[in-house]
Amino acid sequence: MSSIDALFERTRAEGRAALVGYLPAGFPDVETSVAALTAMVEGGCDLVEIGLPYSDPVMDGPTIQEAAETALANGFRTSQAFDVVRRVTEAGAPAVVMTYWNPVERYGVDRFAADLAEAGGAGLITPDLIPDEAEEWEKASREHGLDRTYLVAPSSTDRRLLMTADAASGFIYATAVMGVTGARQETSSLAPELVARLREVTDKPVGVGLGVSNGGQAHEIAQYADAVIVGSAFVRRLLDAPDAASGVESVRELARELREGVVR
Amino acid sequence: MTVYAQPDATGHFGRFGGRFMPEALVAPLDELAEAWADAQADPSFLGELDRMFREYANVPSPLYDATRFSEAVGARVLLKREDLNHTGAHKIRNVLGQALLAKRIGKPRAIAETGAGQHGVASATACAYLDLDCTVYMGEVDTERQALNVARMKMLGAEVVPVTTGSRTLKDAINEALRDWVASVDHTSYLFGTAAGPHPFPTMVRDLTRGIGDEARRQVLELTGSLPDAAVACVGGGSNAIGLFTAFIDDADVQLLGVEAGGDGYETGRHASPITAGDVGVLHGARSYLLQDEDGQTMESHSISAGLDYPGVGPEHSYLASIGRARYVPATDAQAMSAFDLLCKTEGIIPAIESAHALAGAVELAKELGPDATILVNLSGRGDKDVHTAAEYFGLIDGPVVLEEGVEE
Repeated sequence: MSSIDALFERTRAEGRAALVGYLPAGFPDVETSVAALTAMVEGGCDLVEIGLPYSDPVMDGPTIQEAAETALANGFRTSQAFDVVRRVTEAGAPAVVMTYWNPVERYGVDRFAADLAEAGGAGLITPDLIPDEAEEWEKASREHGLDRTYLVAPSSTDRRLLMTADAASGFIYATAVMGVTGARQETSSLAPELVARLREVTDKPVGVGLGVSNGGQAHEIAQYADAVIVGSAFVRRLLDAPDAASGVESVRELARELREGVVR
Repeated sequence: MTVYAQPDATGHFGRFGGRFMPEALVAPLDELAEAWADAQADPSFLGELDRMFREYANVPSPLYDATRFSEAVGARVLLKREDLNHTGAHKIRNVLGQALLAKRIGKPRAIAETGAGQHGVASATACAYLDLDCTVYMGEVDTERQALNVARMKMLGAEVVPVTTGSRTLKDAINEALRDWVASVDHTSYLFGTAAGPHPFPTMVRDLTRGIGDEARRQVLELTGSLPDAAVACVGGGSNAIGLFTAFIDDADVQLLGVEAGGDGYETGRHASPITAGDVGVLHGARSYLLQDEDGQTMESHSISAGLDYPGVGPEHSYLASIGRARYVPATDAQAMSAFDLLCKTEGIIPAIESAHALAGAVELAKELGPDATILVNLSGRGDKDVHTAAEYFGLIDGPVVLEEGVEE
């Protein structure tokens, strides 16, 4: 059983949804990102997604784009991501890396998987790698005991939902809206239906993300999903803070608020 | 002899191509692929497209025996005159096809990305002609470099959105168009500007531009009684080159030469020659050669030609390079501008700086092949848009000629 499987077993037993928080590694610098990710866990996140900054993030809205640009401008390198994973995992929650595919392919798929596993990482979320193209990752992830989280969308056909759910492990990432990452005022009307369609084809845990930014929205999603995923709202806390220390505290506060929300 | 048949059913050209895209766009891309296959099997669609080409776009374009240029370079050079097409380049073929398909699918809005503005102008043109709402994404840097094309697009009724993220050039315009599309795909078509991107775009764009080579093959046979020794085209994303090459791939004796933008020289690192000096990776939905750093972050490309200034290349070109069927070489800014000058002075034709790279390739090839050779060159576009850049390069004007409100010419 993977650390993610164990996590969902626990949250199911506790009758609540898991809280998943995202922040990019190296934003605004490596030390602050480790502190913020750790604060996220201490504030109540059950699982963290560590974003790997990339030059061409087509699935991301302005908030995460800005963070990725800043991290890269400050000299972030792929190899540093494993150190971030190691240090954040020590805070006590499983960590996955969320990354566009090219940096993984460039690093070497097997080498990336080996180094991620060695650092204590639990798996990868791959926003632009669909199972159809994932033969090499499938093999490497199995070899190194890593989970494979793929995205599904309101536009996914039933056939693709089934295929993607079969290929995934750990949990499945349901994108609540047709669009890019970024906080939205209202919760999506498409997400409940998408999760219901997934339930028809799989028992694997389903996380819902894109546009979730506050405890109220988290509570709403927790009624029907296994995990609530929050990204841009955390990044926004760091972007808007006057200094790194208050940014980290603000991240901790948001995690607390969201954690209260995911209790059913 | 085996007949060339690429890509496979899932859009792979060997190890290249495919679909590295958010899942949200996969079903819409499947629908697009299916709609394109249906359209190609429908005589009324093909008939209408053919009529639009003939009556509106001035296609088929003529083949021109460039005798004075030939004399200067030392081999017979035949020019496929895509520069005479409506809007001034081969791109109108691609855009009319995609826009007509958008009409057929029933999506009222179209988006496009543009670098220099040529694909944006062609898209705005097709959308005006076919009554589609048009939004064009263009890097902020490019809107400044190509202010005249911004004005053209606006005249044609398109909305132009300056992209301020990343390097604020073509690759970022593609990113932004994809972000729009993932949120709007139920009512919006993406008119992709080159033979790159996720499946089915590389194949669809090739199908739409292959008339260049099909026509030229017939025209050369008619004129000379035999096939050319070589077919030469410039390669940015690669739509005009794949359009030229496709007709000749099974003609083993016809050498295929793609000319990449060498910028300051590929050894300087300031270039746009991903096949010559890049590595295999994934960008904008496909596996292909690209300019990237050690971590797989996309690197900025450099070329005097805005239309070739792109760090990636279409997957079929990567495949043709990998199997050795086509050869890809760089031409530097200086080589391209020298060929540009030569064509102006010997033939009275001002080529697009993109196409001048193909001419530069032909100049070098003529030295290899000698005076008995026939070299077919795709003159993919005309140089009106480049007059300012070229005039500055040759020192013909002191600085930007500023018209009212910052419009340069």
